[in-house]
Amino acid sequence: MKLAFWRKSSADDEKRVVEAIAPASNPLAKVLRRFTAPEPNWREIEEALLANDVGLAATTALIQSARDSDGTSGRARVRTAALQLLGDETSDAHNEADVVLLVGVNGVGKTTTAAKLAARAKGSGLSPLLVAADTFRAAAIDQLRALGVREGVEVVEGRPGGDPAAAIHDALTLAAARSYSPVIIDTAGRMQTRSGLMDELSKIRRVVTKVAPTRTVEVLLVLDGTAGQNGLAQAREFDASAGIDGIVLTKLDSGARGGVALAVRRELGLPIRWIGTGERPTDLVPFAAEVFVDGLLGGPADY
Amino acid sequence: MFDALGNSLRASLRRLTGSGRISAADLESGLADIRTSLIGADVAMPVVASLLERVADRARASEIVGGLGAGERMLGILHTALTETLGGSGRELDLRERPATILLLGVQGAGKTTTAAKLAYRLAKEGRRPMLVAADPRRPAAAEQLATLATAIKVPVHREPIGTSVAEIGTRAIASARRLGLDVVIIDSSGRTTLDDELLQELRDLRNATNPRERLLVLDAATGQSALSIAEGFKSVAEPTGLILSKLDGDARGGAALSIAGGAGIPVVYMGTGERPDALERFHPDRIANRILDMGDLATLAERVRDAEIGPAAGADAEVRAKAAEARALRGGMTFDDLLGQLRQMSSLGPIGQVVKMIPGMGGMAQQAEAAVASGELTRTEAIILSMTPAERRDPALLTLPRRRRIAAGAGRTIEEVNRLIKRLDEMRTLMRRAGGGDPSRLMGGGAGLPGKHAGGRIPPKASKRDKRAKKGGKRR
Repeated sequence: MKLAFWRKSSADDEKRVVEAIAPASNPLAKVLRRFTAPEPNWREIEEALLANDVGLAATTALIQSARDSDGTSGRARVRTAALQLLGDETSDAHNEADVVLLVGVNGVGKTTTAAKLAARAKGSGLSPLLVAADTFRAAAIDQLRALGVREGVEVVEGRPGGDPAAAIHDALTLAAARSYSPVIIDTAGRMQTRSGLMDELSKIRRVVTKVAPTRTVEVLLVLDGTAGQNGLAQAREFDASAGIDGIVLTKLDSGARGGVALAVRRELGLPIRWIGTGERPTDLVPFAAEVFVDGLLGGPADY
Repeated sequence: MFDALGNSLRASLRRLTGSGRISAADLESGLADIRTSLIGADVAMPVVASLLERVADRARASEIVGGLGAGERMLGILHTALTETLGGSGRELDLRERPATILLLGVQGAGKTTTAAKLAYRLAKEGRRPMLVAADPRRPAAAEQLATLATAIKVPVHREPIGTSVAEIGTRAIASARRLGLDVVIIDSSGRTTLDDELLQELRDLRNATNPRERLLVLDAATGQSALSIAEGFKSVAEPTGLILSKLDGDARGGAALSIAGGAGIPVVYMGTGERPDALERFHPDRIANRILDMGDLATLAERVRDAEIGPAAGADAEVRAKAAEARALRGGMTFDDLLGQLRQMSSLGPIGQVVKMIPGMGGMAQQAEAAVASGELTRTEAIILSMTPAERRDPALLTLPRRRRIAAGAGRTIEEVNRLIKRLDEMRTLMRRAGGGDPSRLMGGGAGLPGKHAGGRIPPKASKRDKRAKKGGKRR
C-alpha cells in the first residue's frame, strides 16, 4: 500500500533523529568504535546494549543473531541483527488510517504527540481534527486547546470528569459532517495495572468502531523513550485491552535511546511508527529503522 | 511496587539455598541470578556492578560457602546491601526556615505538578501551612492544572501572568507566603526533555531568587537506564537534596530508586503510590528493602492503620479500641468483628495490594487480594459477616453447621463460601499470631529460613491443626 504523504520520512526528518539520539556519550557507540575487528568482545557489547534499555532477553537474542551473521566489524554485525529484529516496518495497512487513537501511561507525552501529529498532517495539506478525550487529568483539555490554537487545528473537547467516549462520539460525527481527516484522539494517561481504566479503553475502541465503521483506526501506544523494561509491561497490557497497532517513542532527545522498543518489537511484534525528537511542533518524525539503529549504535557508520 | 524485583530476587535466593549448604559455584550462579533480577528491574548498570560486588565481598567475608544457615545469612547480606544502596536510614526534609522553600525539579512527564499537590497535601496534614507556586511558564495549562489540584486539596496557589520571569514568580510567591503567614512554599518548575541552556538558566534564576533548602528531583519510577544520567544532569545545576519517585503504583520495579540513591548519591525521600492526593509515602530504605525481600513492612502498615483509624480528629476512645483490636489480632484472637472493621478500613488504608504487601510473607498475595476486590469478593464477605449474630462474630467456634446454613441463606451465598471465610479467619489468626512475636525473622525461622515461603498464603499443617483443636475445644465449652 502506498504510504500517505504526511507519514513519509524526509531527509530533514532523518537528520533530526540522528541529532537527537546519537550523542557522543552513548556507551554502545564507544564500545562498538573499539571493536572494528570482525570478532569483538561480545560481553562488553552486551553491557552496552543493556545500558541502552534493550533488556536482557532482546539483548541476548541480538547478540546471538549478530554472532551468527557475517560482517566486517562487530558494529556491522550488531547493526544487521538489529535491523533484522525490527523487520520491514513500512509495509502495513495502517499507513492509511484516518483515526489515530493515542494511549499510554501518565506523562509519556500523549497530548504533545497528538498536537505534533496534527501539525504534521496540517503541514501536508490535510485537515486534521484533534479530540481532547483526557477528561481526567486536571487541565489536560486546556493544554490541548492551547496547542490546537497554536497549530491552527480545531479541537473537540470532552467535559472535565465526563465520559471520554462521548467526546469521541461527537468528534467522529463532526469529522464525518465536515470531512476532517485524520482524527487524532488524546486519551487520559492510565497505569496499565488499573483494570477499570483499561476496560475504559476497550470501550473507547468499541465506540470508534461503532460510530465510524468505515474508517481505518490506528491505536498508537505512546512510550516514553526513557522507559526501561516497564515499557514492555506497558505494551503488553495496553495491547491486551486496546489492541495496539504501533508505538510512538517520545523524548528521544533526552539522552535515552529507546532501546526498549527493540524488546517490544521482539516480544510483541509491534512496529515503531513515530519518533519524538524534541519540543518543537515539527519534532515528531516517522520511524525509519536504519536511522533509528544508527542512532542506537551511536551515529551512522563512518569508521 | 518493587514486586517483580522482589519476586525474582527471592527466587534467586531460594535456588541459592535449596540445598542447605552452598558451594562456590552455587554462589557464582546465585550472583548471576541476582544480576539478572536487578537488570530486569532497570537498575543502572554501574549500580548493578557495585551492588553485586558488595554482596560478593560480604558473602566471601562471612564464609558463606560451605557454612550452615547460608540462606538466612545471604538474605541478611542482600538486605544490608539493598538498604545501604538505597541510602541507609533515610532522611527528613529540612523545613526549619520560615517559610521553608521546596523546589521541585524533573524532566517532562515525571509527575512534578501532581507530586507538588501531593506534597502540599501531606505537609498540610502534618500541620503546616503550605503554598503551591506555579513556576512552569512553558507547558500550556500547567498553571491551570496546579490551580485545579490546589483547589481540590484546599491549599493556596500562587500564579502570575504568562510571560513573568521565574525569578519574579519565585520572589513574589515567597513575599506573598510571608504576608499570608504560610510556612512552606512548594515551587513547581517547568520540565524539559533535555537540559538545554535555557532551562539551566531558568533553574539557576529560580534557585537564586528563592534559595530553596530542599531541591527535590521528581522521577518516573518506570525510568530505565537513563535515570542515572538524568540525575547527574540535574546535579550539575541544582544539586538535588532528595528524590521523589513517582508512579510506583504501576508495576514499575522501582530499580530507579537503587540507581539514583546508589549511583548519584541522592537519597529517596518520598514515593508516589497512586493518583489520590494522599498517595505519597515517606521512603524508608530499610523498610523498602524489607518489602523487596518480602520481609513485610509492619512499621508502615501500623502508621497507615493509625492514620486511617484514629485520624487527628477522633478521640482517645477510638485509639483505645484500635489498640485493643491490634492486641487481639496479634494474640491470634482476631474475631469476625475485627475482620469486618478491617474490610471497612481497607479503603482508607489505600489499595489493598499495597496493604497486603506490608504483611510479612504475604507479598505474593497482593495480586490475589487486588483481584478479590475487583471481583466484588469483599462485598460478599461483608454480607456474610453481617448475617452472623454478634456472638458468632465474636466467637467463630460457635459456627456449627446449622448456623452456617442460616448464615449462607441470610447472605444469599453458598455454604461453601461461608466455610471458606471461616477457614480464612482461622488462617489469619495463625498468621497474625506468628507476626505478633514482633520479630519478622521468626516468621522465617519455621521453614528453610526463607521469606516468601508462605507467599501463597499456605499455612504449615502443624499450625492449622493446633488451631482446629483450639476451636473444637471452644465448641465443647
